[in-house]
Amino acid sequence: MSSPAESALGWWGVLLAILAGTMRGGTPFLFVSLGECLTEKSGKINLGLEGTLLMGAMSAYAISYLTGSPWLGVLVAGISGLALGAIHGWLSQQPRVNDVAVGIAMIIFGSGLAFFFGKPFIKPTAPQLPTIDLAGWSQNPAVEAALKISPLFILGALLAPFLHWFFSSTRWGLYIRAVGDSPAAARAMGISPFKVRMLSVMAGSFLAGIGGASLSLYYPGVWTERISSGQGLMAVALVIFARWNPLQCLLASLLFGGAQALGPALQSVGIKEGYYLFNAAPYILTLVIMILTCSPQRTLTGAPGALGQEDA
Amino acid sequence: MALRKTLESICIPIAAILFGLLLFGLFCSFVGANPFAVYASIWKAAFGSWNTFQNTLIRAAPLMLSSLCTLLPARLGLVIIGNEGALVMGGLAAVSMGLALGTAVPSFWVQSFMALAGMGAGGIWIAIVGALRHYRAVNETISSLLLNYIAIAILNHLVGGPMRDPNSLNKPSTAPLAEINMLGDIPGTRVHWGLVYGLIACVIAYFLIQRTTFGFSTRAAGGNMRAARLAGLPVGKLTLTICFLAGSCAGLAGMVEIAAVQGAANESLNVGYGYGGILVAFAARQNPLAAILVSLLVGGILASGGILQRSHGLPDATVLVFEGIIFLVVLYSDSLYGRLPFFKEKPDRLPPAPQPAIPTSVTAQGS
Amino acid sequence: MSQEKLFHLSRRQIVRGLLAATAFGVTTKFGTGCTASTSGQADAGANAGSGDGEQMTVGFIYVGPKDDYGYNQAHAEGAAGLTKALTWVKLVEEASVPETTAVTESMRSMIDIDGAKVLFPTSFGYFDPHILKMAQEYPDVQFFHCGGLYKEGTHPKNVGSYFGYIDEAQYIAGIVAGSTSKTGKLGFVAAKPIPQVLRNINSFTLGAKSVNPDVTTQVIFTGDWSLPLKEAEAANSMADQDVDVLTCHVDSPKVVMETAEKRGIFCSGYHANQSALAPKGYLTGAEWDWANIYTKLLTDIKSGKTLMSGDIPHLLRGGLKDGFCKVSDYGPAVSSDTKKAAEAAKAKFMDGSMVIYTGEIKDNKGNVVIPAGTSLKQQDPKLEEMNYLVEGVIGSIGS
Repeated sequence: MSSPAESALGWWGVLLAILAGTMRGGTPFLFVSLGECLTEKSGKINLGLEGTLLMGAMSAYAISYLTGSPWLGVLVAGISGLALGAIHGWLSQQPRVNDVAVGIAMIIFGSGLAFFFGKPFIKPTAPQLPTIDLAGWSQNPAVEAALKISPLFILGALLAPFLHWFFSSTRWGLYIRAVGDSPAAARAMGISPFKVRMLSVMAGSFLAGIGGASLSLYYPGVWTERISSGQGLMAVALVIFARWNPLQCLLASLLFGGAQALGPALQSVGIKEGYYLFNAAPYILTLVIMILTCSPQRTLTGAPGALGQEDA
Repeated sequence: MALRKTLESICIPIAAILFGLLLFGLFCSFVGANPFAVYASIWKAAFGSWNTFQNTLIRAAPLMLSSLCTLLPARLGLVIIGNEGALVMGGLAAVSMGLALGTAVPSFWVQSFMALAGMGAGGIWIAIVGALRHYRAVNETISSLLLNYIAIAILNHLVGGPMRDPNSLNKPSTAPLAEINMLGDIPGTRVHWGLVYGLIACVIAYFLIQRTTFGFSTRAAGGNMRAARLAGLPVGKLTLTICFLAGSCAGLAGMVEIAAVQGAANESLNVGYGYGGILVAFAARQNPLAAILVSLLVGGILASGGILQRSHGLPDATVLVFEGIIFLVVLYSDSLYGRLPFFKEKPDRLPPAPQPAIPTSVTAQGS
Repeated sequence: MSQEKLFHLSRRQIVRGLLAATAFGVTTKFGTGCTASTSGQADAGANAGSGDGEQMTVGFIYVGPKDDYGYNQAHAEGAAGLTKALTWVKLVEEASVPETTAVTESMRSMIDIDGAKVLFPTSFGYFDPHILKMAQEYPDVQFFHCGGLYKEGTHPKNVGSYFGYIDEAQYIAGIVAGSTSKTGKLGFVAAKPIPQVLRNINSFTLGAKSVNPDVTTQVIFTGDWSLPLKEAEAANSMADQDVDVLTCHVDSPKVVMETAEKRGIFCSGYHANQSALAPKGYLTGAEWDWANIYTKLLTDIKSGKTLMSGDIPHLLRGGLKDGFCKVSDYGPAVSSDTKKAAEAAKAKFMDGSMVIYTGEIKDNKGNVVIPAGTSLKQQDPKLEEMNYLVEGVIGSIGS
């Protein structure tokens, strides 16, 4: 058995792998969670983002392959998300229609469409998004690879503070928060909860579609039917973990992405037991944090008051 | 019940399914398949003859039990989606019990204890969700979702390591149950006993909810939790009991999957019956008897998945599109109750209040 | 429940009686010679609505999508190759069928509705209990299962197992990898620590060590057959550890191959030829050749041979020599010396003189697993139960 210390980068390699994996694996989480955050701020839950993510991944890959332009693929992924979001936004606001149920139906519908139309695109190799190389100074190929950063990640990282500012300092942000906290009060202010929620859900799905594009055009950079290992559903938990704060969504996405990278990285230096339980670590952590921070006396700070309640 | 209202509750779902079929037909013709031939095949594969209808029944059986896991808490106003997790934990507990008892006791007792173990484990799994909700105000939808992933990780871990039968070479599984302890098929059919369990559970759930004081308290509390608390209803006890019952139904589904189908626990325990059950519960408008019918519908859709591939050259994902369309339309149809003028008893009356009594709140009147 | 059991038992007896009756019918049918099977096919063809009486319906069932660039695709291509080679084969296929009652129902529909007389349910997990159950119910239908699980005496006569010793191709890929690697570190992304996978890892490593005794193979288990993100992470983290040849045993090797190419290191394929995914770094690969096997089997069946009569062996296995698998064409980075060494090993496989598991072999904890003087041939059942990683592999098989 060779000890980790003998390896090329050893534990430094693990740190590097986690750092790199955090950015690579965190990117789809980032977009989906920001999208879900936007959706939930308006008082609706969209579990269907799993389907949106798959649809986004498929359409981005397909368009990139057909036109040769990955950026066009990203745009189309967003638009396909927008379309699915429109269905969810409209349907989940009908009286007595539960948004959780619609979300699960949308997972089936969205993934069905993505798989159906994605068949011809599994084999071909589509042009990938370019990466920005920050490691010109280093001769080490591992460092170079780790510091190849996707513009999508940068875009997402910028989007988080923007959304934070948007929610706290703009009129539209206020509308969304008002609708999310109390549709009745919002209506009294002359805001249409239906329209605001519709737009929020659609915009959120647009972002989730882009998250899908980051899966198929950046990392891992393929289109297969198993490309999303539940990131879309996880986003719902992630947003709660982040307390509906876009900046914390960024941190939480990095944490979840890093946790994904940690398993293989640790195995590569010799720690191998219990990888199934390890893979479940993000879920356990989220649950523990929810248990610790919730209490019947007060609702979660930042929780939209009308979240998940039927009162459209 | 007034005639028009009964008519409404029959016509709307049927119209929704027909409309869903129409949309799916359009989808089929869009992708180059003859929709009428597709309809004929679906009918033939799902309901056409007793032989093919059994295919539908086999697929419907686990959905009935699984749907109750969402349906019962929904009557209390809780949206729980932990069916998959409870099913997996139930299956694991059942297989552990079955292996522990082995052939030392008569198979009737082994099966009974397996069922109890499955129900207990599934029940506790969802009761955790209920307890977190009641004592810590943790959102039940999210916690149950997280518990699904945790349950699946536990299953994979146990089956791949501590509980792995060394003889299960290339598909890690627990040791198999003794042949004699397996639940068989209903005589004269190829449908296993899980169907009967599902039917019985749905009927019991119906009476429990509609005909008992416990059910009445549940429905009352489901209408308005705060008011129920003020009125002195034991909300905590209700929550925990309902959650336990809900989880035990899904746990029983896991036990049936182990004892009637797989014979051992392995990754095949987690194939999506849980998520199917959630949709069944909502599409059935939280009515246990309707859940039976909706399960049959979904069973039929799944049963037709094969023939779409074999006879029409459609890819495997077609059945997902089909299922998705039908569910979206059926869920939408729920909003039509009381909105269609034809079904109103008297034109000038307010629309009938829907079952959970919240929607006629301030906002609804304001619009 | 006691009542249920009672009913059940009595029903089972009835079924047994029926089975015996059918079996008798079948044997008498086969007693008359090969004409019987053609008449069977004739009504199968008629059931399927085909005018051609000579057509034979053959069903294929896959656990995942047919185009996953891996396991299922290898079988689906085998099925497609079969219909191309034998025009009288009518193919019915179902993909994404889970290992539950769904697969028994799929088999039943293929038999009852489409009139299939030969079925290939390809996923490993279909065998027990699903195929066994159906085989009892339909004793005149032949079930061929990919996996080598058939046990004489315990399993129905109309079930057959086939599997390829693809680790022979992995051994050759190991030779190529071991002599091409500059760092002496190879990487293996694996799904689960099950015997089939361990055997590939070990053969690959033994092949590499045969040309370079100091070589090590790092293995990372992802935990499941298809987890693209984890596979990419595993590939990347091994590249970070100076591994310079990657191979894998997961359902779809696409991610591992593309990641290796992106990282500028070599890769070795699995399941199918992936050279198009890594034009620079693709060394070689271990590929299935199911079309060959399926065509042989169906030709035999057409000529009247059956599993039930014993004309077709119940356990059908082989390696490079028997055409179950093949080695991909060598990539541009493979030197001519390396090619020579690989071809020499291949020649030994072809003439049957090569035995991979020849003692003394130690596992990576230092225990002797195959003592000196013992050599386990490919058919040896001990190899089917492999539960160790050989010396030179870095990794452990705990879950």
